[in-house]
Amino acid sequence: MEKFTQLTGVAAPMPMINIDTDKIFPAVYLKTIKRTGLSKHLFEEVRFRPDGSENPDFVLNQTPYRNAKILVGGDNFGCGSSREHAPWALLDFGIRAVIAPSFADIFYNNCFKNGLLPIALPQAEVDLLMDDARKGANAILTIDLEGGTITRPDGGKIRFEIDPFRKHCLLEGLDDIGLTEQKAAAIKTFEEDARRARPWLFGITARSAS
Amino acid sequence: MAEPRTLFDKIWRSHVVSRQDDGTCLLYIDMHLVHEVTSPQAFEGLRLADRALRRPDATIAVADHNVPTSDRSRGIDDPESRLQVETLERNVREFGVPYFAINDTRQGIVHIIGPEEGLSQPGMTIVCGDSHTATHGAMGALAFGIGTSEVEHVLATQTLIQAPAKNMKVAVNGTLGAGVSPKDVILAIIGKIGTAGGTGHVIEYVGSTFRQMSMEGRMTVCNMTIEGGARAGLVAPDEVTFAYVKGRPYAPKGGAWELALAYWKTLPSDPGAHYDKEAFLDAGAIAPHVTWGTSPQDVLPVTGRVPDPAGVEDPLKRAAMERSLQYMQLAPKTPLVEIPVERVFIGSCTNSRIEDLRAAAAIAKGRRVAEGVRALVVPGSGLVKRQAEEEGLDRIFLEAGFEWREPGCSNCMSMNNDRAEHGERVASTSNRNFEGRQGKNAKTHLMGPAMAAAAAVTGRITDVRELG
Repeated sequence: MEKFTQLTGVAAPMPMINIDTDKIFPAVYLKTIKRTGLSKHLFEEVRFRPDGSENPDFVLNQTPYRNAKILVGGDNFGCGSSREHAPWALLDFGIRAVIAPSFADIFYNNCFKNGLLPIALPQAEVDLLMDDARKGANAILTIDLEGGTITRPDGGKIRFEIDPFRKHCLLEGLDDIGLTEQKAAAIKTFEEDARRARPWLFGITARSAS
Repeated sequence: MAEPRTLFDKIWRSHVVSRQDDGTCLLYIDMHLVHEVTSPQAFEGLRLADRALRRPDATIAVADHNVPTSDRSRGIDDPESRLQVETLERNVREFGVPYFAINDTRQGIVHIIGPEEGLSQPGMTIVCGDSHTATHGAMGALAFGIGTSEVEHVLATQTLIQAPAKNMKVAVNGTLGAGVSPKDVILAIIGKIGTAGGTGHVIEYVGSTFRQMSMEGRMTVCNMTIEGGARAGLVAPDEVTFAYVKGRPYAPKGGAWELALAYWKTLPSDPGAHYDKEAFLDAGAIAPHVTWGTSPQDVLPVTGRVPDPAGVEDPLKRAAMERSLQYMQLAPKTPLVEIPVERVFIGSCTNSRIEDLRAAAAIAKGRRVAEGVRALVVPGSGLVKRQAEEEGLDRIFLEAGFEWREPGCSNCMSMNNDRAEHGERVASTSNRNFEGRQGKNAKTHLMGPAMAAAAAVTGRITDVRELG
């Protein structure tokens, strides 16, 4: 996983609540068996017109937001389906951070597995950053994960919190499975204990159904 | 005396492999359900890192999202859908995952077949790369949806790194009125708490309404927990649960059954257990519900009218409502029962079990699908389909002009060819009314199965209580 330390880039305003994962990445494209190249369908329903041309009203089709690295969104960002294609498509477009008042749980988790930083802030602070994001070429934010700060275009700072373990993994670009494999002995012990305490949970799908 | 614990606390604690200082836990997973859409990249990850599947005996796979619901004996026409299903078939062979093939009678929507086969059991931790995994919480299990990276993590290690959730109690007491279904209960709950009401929490559904509810009904309620923002929702196991599980193909048998049963009886929340958040509803006050907008929280009793954004103060919420109404092509204050529908979908992991089909058939019986309406009935599994046919439900639907299809996810999210065309307005028993989900510009109204059947025969949204 790519490390996340500091990020400076254009922030795009998306002042909508409940931006769901169907909107971020429509279900019809979930037929892919790959995790790359998904940005062509990012926000497809609103980003393109029926003839396939760009919808000029959509923020990510406008300069400088075409090169946005940060999204500022509304409440309950990423609600709906568990599809990890949503963060994959955002990353493929170049988005490395999303700022919103709240996130849906599964989307929030999925972001961390891919080096995409979701930052939850109180509505009043999101409102300030939303205003900043509307400043076109001046809509530049700097996110410092280690220090937990967002630097606004006017130099003002907003603080944010990320739980320490997730922060550590992002800063170091750590692979979760690799980390867990270091606990192989604990998993084995757990399994041995569980097999004694709840033996019916072992071998379930290996049994031919009767 | 030990601190009183909730059902969720008990399941969580008995599955913690290790705990970090910040509370993050490595959680053991008892059952991993796999489908074709969210697994290919996970298996590819295992292959690239030369990792094996840790517990084939706790893993099972099925293809459900891409499968055609018409005659599938000739395979899948759509090349991308076919590739995704073939990729799953290749992966299950390579990694040794038990698999229900698409022509197996036991094939069906992953969340229907888990409980049906006895794979989902009380006290388990159950995951699947699918947000509606919450369904299995009806068994008294901790069941939640995960992303593809987490699918890979479970395949490789049988564990997940998880931050603990908080406890939320949703209490519903009393008896449901005639014509009111479990779907109406969960829609009313979402209308009350909102789509982010359960974020960061696991919801336990308590109260006499759930005690009186069948397992199928509890599954409908738990299924849509995710639409209330919580990853998992559960109902304490009781005699109804035990009677449902007993004798199912993968359920424990003999001495193992007795052992399991004794354990399951220790699971219900202790008196005085702490909940961080609570919501209360009166079952007697719940009417049949229907959504009018593009979020599941945009829901009202069918006796209501389309809301008016002019009355909403919060500018973001007003903008969202205006956008919803524009997308839905609805004028404020229109009575919901005056909204015409062009398509009806009875199916999905929310409402495609035998009871759902019986409820819809009771309305369809002796009536005809209205002129200009296309109505699909898609059973949740091959076994549900077979049982419905044994009960003659297929004849009732076919005689009334409904289409009787093969099992799968179908028009809920339309990855196969069951799709609303030309922005059709759909009365749907599924779980999400998001823009474009059922087809480009499709306008979805969520409701229960009897309500959807009523809409099919009248051609408009209808209060099922008036059809009798």
